[in-house]
Amino acid sequence: MIEINNLTKSFGKNLIWKDVSFQIEDGETLAVIGKSGCGKSVLLKHLNALMYPDSGEVIIDGQCVFDLNYSELRLMRQRFGILFQGGALFDSINTFENIAFPLRYFTNKTEGEIKKDVEEALDMVNLKDAGSKATSELSGGMRKRVGLARAIILKPDYLLYDEPTSGLDPQTSDEINELIVSMADSFDLTSIVITHDMHSVLSIAEKVAFLDSQKLSWFGSIDEMKKSEHPPLVEFTTASEYKIKA
Amino acid sequence: MEALKQLGQYTLLLYQALRSVTEFSTYRENLFNEFVKVGYQSIPIIMLVGVFTGAVLTLQTAYQLDTDLYPAYIVGSIVAQSVIIELAAVISGLVLAGKVGARISTELGTMRVSEQIDALESMGFNSVAFLVLPRIFAGVLMFPVLYIIASTLGIIGGVVAGAADGILPAAEFMKGGRQFFFPEDVVFGILKSFVFGFVITSISCFKGYFAFGGAEGVGNATTQATVLSCIYILLADFVLAAILL
Repeated sequence: MIEINNLTKSFGKNLIWKDVSFQIEDGETLAVIGKSGCGKSVLLKHLNALMYPDSGEVIIDGQCVFDLNYSELRLMRQRFGILFQGGALFDSINTFENIAFPLRYFTNKTEGEIKKDVEEALDMVNLKDAGSKATSELSGGMRKRVGLARAIILKPDYLLYDEPTSGLDPQTSDEINELIVSMADSFDLTSIVITHDMHSVLSIAEKVAFLDSQKLSWFGSIDEMKKSEHPPLVEFTTASEYKIKA
Repeated sequence: MEALKQLGQYTLLLYQALRSVTEFSTYRENLFNEFVKVGYQSIPIIMLVGVFTGAVLTLQTAYQLDTDLYPAYIVGSIVAQSVIIELAAVISGLVLAGKVGARISTELGTMRVSEQIDALESMGFNSVAFLVLPRIFAGVLMFPVLYIIASTLGIIGGVVAGAADGILPAAEFMKGGRQFFFPEDVVFGILKSFVFGFVITSISCFKGYFAFGGAEGVGNATTQATVLSCIYILLADFVLAAILL
């Protein structure tokens, strides 16, 4: 379980959000929504201490991640997989090597075992024949799928997605959404998805956290969100609905 | 205030790099790659710099000492000693600040703004051991080798230019060079290049590692890395000369 308690973050004098608190149960998929620039990605980077808050705590299985020393933190981070917004693929190596990278450094697997694992991961993200491609040859959707394959290769407990469908066409977005659901089911993952794509939220999430006005404005299940009359949330979801209809 | 903050960040980065020295398996592969990029791939430009520095210095020294007051071989003495003590290390350092320093800060800066460094850290990797340490090691170990190449070719350039221009025969040049050759000058030059290697690679790693703000941010980081490297090379050159000569 991930527990976020009274998290406050600012950059200099610019307050991002204050006193953010919520919990994510094991096996759940949570969508964190909000307008661009409201600090969704910043929140995501606090979950495995890629960023540190001004105050507050993130507790994973009873341990605050900000209290860990660097060695403990590195072990804890291996329990997370992250799909970054642009994929964050290493451009000096090809697709296969990007996915094999964590296996080479963190496991004692033989070359044959690594090949088998990478091929399985590529197959899972529907990119069976892309292993030899340079990362510069991949489209936006392919980069995200390779990033996803790399994120799951060490079989993490938690999978974090930073804007998984941004910049993609609707059809590819649907494919990514299906992958997110299938990953959560196949590996019994706890997933946190940062997005402002309501179509995606409705397809994948069980719970929703809405960031607005420098705070956690609303938190609840998908069904509760649909019935909610919380004005900022209604305004946000309605705007998305109009876009979908248009 | 900003300068103090940067100094603090730079010191912490170096401290983290120092603490990561034992993680050899993390940086072993990159270390070899950096030896090639910093050392081997810099040899052509260093050869060019060495030859032309020696050649031009010979012609200009001969022009300035164009009098019967000094024996001709004194040109060889001045050129050889200037190349060994000062020019091979400093001019190579300034050229490498552009070639090696700019590459390092651009590479790391691009990795930072495209979240590749975050991706490494999020996997549980020590990104400083993986990216920073091999580059600094390659700098401090390869720059002395490049210095030796530059000074050797500087002297050869001087010999060839002197003979080709009819200023002084090669034997006279070498006679002058040998007369004022002190092995400790070579040690001083090697020490300088060692320091310059550290200055260039550590500053460039620092600027690249903490780059922010997209393509413009990477451009700024690279410019700052190159300019600061040049400034600190000249400063270190003065301090070392004041202390050791």
